Amino acid sequence: MADATAPRGGLQSVPALLTRNAEQFGSKPAYREKEFGIWQSWTWAETAEEVEAIAGGLLALGLERGDYVAIIGRNRPALYWSMVAAQKCGAIPVPLYQDSVSEEMAYVLEHCGARFVVCGDQEQVDKVIEAQETLHHIEHIVYLDARGLRKYDHTRLHSMKDVQAEGRAAHERFRKELAAREAELDYDSTCVMLYTSGTTGKPKGVVLSNRNIIETSRASSEFDRLDPRDEVLAYLPMAWVGDFIFSIGQAYWTGFCVNCPESAETMMTDLREIGPTYFFAPPRVFENLLTSVMIRMEDAGKLKKRIFDRYMALAKRVGPQLLDGKPVSFGDRLGYAIGNLLVFGPLKNTLGMSRVRVGYTAGEAIGPEIFDFYRALGINLKQLYGQTEASVFITQQPDHEVRPDTVGVPSPGVELKIAENGEVYYRSAGVFVEYYKNAESTASTKDPEGWVATGDAGFIEPDTGHLRIIDRAKDVGKMADGSLFAPKYVENKLKFFPNILEAVVFGNGRDYCTAFINIDLTAVGNWAERNNISYSSYQELAGHPRVLDTIQSHVEEVNRSVAGDEMLSGCQVRRFLVLHKELDADDGELTRTRKVRRRIIEEKFADLIDALYSGKSSQYTETEVTYEDGRKGKISATLEIRDAAAVDAGAPAKVAAE
Amino acid sequence: MNERAVPLSPTDGYVTADGRQIGPVVMEMKHITLRFGGVEAIKDISFDVREGEIRAIIGPNGAGKSSMLNVISGFYHPQEGEVWYKGSQRPPMKPYQVARQGIARTFQNIALFEGMTVLDNIMTGRLNHMNASFLDQAFWWGKAQREEVANREKAEEIIDFLEIQNIRKTPVGRLPYGLKKRVELARALVAEPQILLLDEPMAGMNVEEKEDMSRFVLDVNDEFGTTIVLIEHDMGVVMDLSDRVVVMDYGKKIGDGTPDEVRANQEVIDAYLGVAHD
Repeated sequence: MADATAPRGGLQSVPALLTRNAEQFGSKPAYREKEFGIWQSWTWAETAEEVEAIAGGLLALGLERGDYVAIIGRNRPALYWSMVAAQKCGAIPVPLYQDSVSEEMAYVLEHCGARFVVCGDQEQVDKVIEAQETLHHIEHIVYLDARGLRKYDHTRLHSMKDVQAEGRAAHERFRKELAAREAELDYDSTCVMLYTSGTTGKPKGVVLSNRNIIETSRASSEFDRLDPRDEVLAYLPMAWVGDFIFSIGQAYWTGFCVNCPESAETMMTDLREIGPTYFFAPPRVFENLLTSVMIRMEDAGKLKKRIFDRYMALAKRVGPQLLDGKPVSFGDRLGYAIGNLLVFGPLKNTLGMSRVRVGYTAGEAIGPEIFDFYRALGINLKQLYGQTEASVFITQQPDHEVRPDTVGVPSPGVELKIAENGEVYYRSAGVFVEYYKNAESTASTKDPEGWVATGDAGFIEPDTGHLRIIDRAKDVGKMADGSLFAPKYVENKLKFFPNILEAVVFGNGRDYCTAFINIDLTAVGNWAERNNISYSSYQELAGHPRVLDTIQSHVEEVNRSVAGDEMLSGCQVRRFLVLHKELDADDGELTRTRKVRRRIIEEKFADLIDALYSGKSSQYTETEVTYEDGRKGKISATLEIRDAAAVDAGAPAKVAAE
Repeated sequence: MNERAVPLSPTDGYVTADGRQIGPVVMEMKHITLRFGGVEAIKDISFDVREGEIRAIIGPNGAGKSSMLNVISGFYHPQEGEVWYKGSQRPPMKPYQVARQGIARTFQNIALFEGMTVLDNIMTGRLNHMNASFLDQAFWWGKAQREEVANREKAEEIIDFLEIQNIRKTPVGRLPYGLKKRVELARALVAEPQILLLDEPMAGMNVEEKEDMSRFVLDVNDEFGTTIVLIEHDMGVVMDLSDRVVVMDYGKKIGDGTPDEVRANQEVIDAYLGVAHD
């Protein structure tokens, strides 16, 4: 394994890549940032100079080898430079989530023991100063935006301008020291430490070496044939491993340009202006974009609407085939070309995706119709599956093999194996070194042979070799007859219907699966309005027979789709009910990030679950609710329980689905 | 009532509790009386404004607050009294002349060009910084070009400061009320005023918008050292923001001092609680 991942051409660290880029692509833009309404840009040569100046300034402040430098703020070139400057000094950059509150920040700052913090603006400086009340190891804070900070005590607070000026002035003094420290960096020295967001327990510091980052960047850049002409928009949190790989790893490896938006609010405008060729967004972003397009089309004139509908129908039919390079008839090609002129081209331009050559989405399941919409437009949107511990890439979809229901084939250099219980394990050059100061967690996640548990259950499709993720491993169970039970897999399918806000599927150890459904008040309310159905409350609407009919048809459609999977066909929902109240974090039914808390719901609605399995057609229930002001109350309802048609596992389900 | 931390001498500066440097008196109103026909809108009012301070004028509806602001900005000319600015008495002036002296304002009922973009509206605030000839302007040549670049830079600085980058190219007519107020503030700020007059900057705003606006008012004062005279109804906001407060009622001054002094003033309490006037 060591041979395959030996450094190439002495490029053993990010600063070394920067030096190469400054020589090779000296006059090519490396960074752009929109400021004061204008895109400012820096070439690779200028970037190298800026980084050198920051590094010199940090040395002057006393940055030592092995120090941790926390970086907090929105995506800005100077913060990226600070990370590389820290590496140059032999220190380790630790980007933090800028929206975390002071206590969270204090925890991470304490855990890594940062002596230096680089902040974007006053907001971040304030949080760090607040954290300093309990922490005493933070020695210097450097900020970019001076606004509001003029009157702060500047004994240990410095503006980046001053730091850089100091670095430039002391250039001669530190040149040797810097060169020496940079020369010490090798493939095994730490490149960056990233904290996992910590949905379970305290955040853990994932230590990634130069080998992890550079090998992963090299392999993934080659996989998608990224080149120096590519453009990315850096708008996702800098503390997230994906941003580090895209905006530093791959950017430095291939020498493409990283563009930073003016502010979070102007992201869409900036996206349109830059027109990135390589683009990443979580499913939520694609979903919101699609919704805004659809709403605007609803308001468009009749003619426009008809043209849009006609060509979108054609695009859905042939667009993905064209992208995959499959044969398409001449007539359809012609129609698609006209559609491109009239609809798809302008639409892609509005979305800022005219030039997207490679687009990725990951993080959670994306709705198939959302995914297909973008593919139909001719945008090469693909899925990948990754983790901080893997330096992002575990699997990804190659061009021409893109489907909404898989996460692709193993990325180059990644080995996969599926454990007894269905959990996915991987091993690669990108596998993290350790969790910082947490040998116990390291040992329980990574075995001595280098295999890492993902915590997700999945299987590899025998025909195509694609990995499919079905659920969190700890949620996967067995049904009474021994077949696999994966609630989230079914819930996600249900939630793709706009009418269904939340779904909870039961069936672990039972004969068949049942479900609680929450309707989406906005979507269903809208539908009720259009159909002249009057209702006075959520409860009334949720219990309306026609609503139940609609939900039943959704459930049956999901059943047909689930039946298509041999392994999971047991997870079809035989009986369901629509809950009389929305699941709510205030009542403890959801986490604050809106994830279903299965155990609590099972306890709280035990009577309803009994009814689902006892064959009753309705059930009276009383539920305690917490109002926003903290008072408690009770709501009662009689819920109708419906049976949903299921498809036999052996039956030709694919025909039924079409 | 004259006992306060503020020095009595008009030429002395002082430092506030939160460490802001307040300078000597920069503007003084002496015995101002303003009549509309037989109605006395302002009756013999005197007060001063110090350099770098946030000075509030409060009072119930019809107390004459906006009239006072209009006197300062040259819209109204008082029948009696004197306005002293930077150590000399100001002759009667047109509003544009006042603006050239470094006094900018916003209006109670937003006065923006609805059909123009936010950026264009803000650029109009730079009018006093445009001296290029008509011909240069027509061909966008030489001085006109340089000026526009400099003005645009200033405008962008303010856009960045007030965090309205995302609506830069949006026509003002499409904006919600709270944002329009912010655009108006931007237009006043871009003129680089020494004194900024704000006529009810937070009227009609929700709590969040008020907090934002308060933050901006403080930041403007802090960052640019601008002296601010503001009229506001929301007592909470006034008491939090201002260094000194003038209280008016029925055209008369009934209180003047720090927020704490004003709060303790019986006449002020009566005016706000609505005790019968005889």
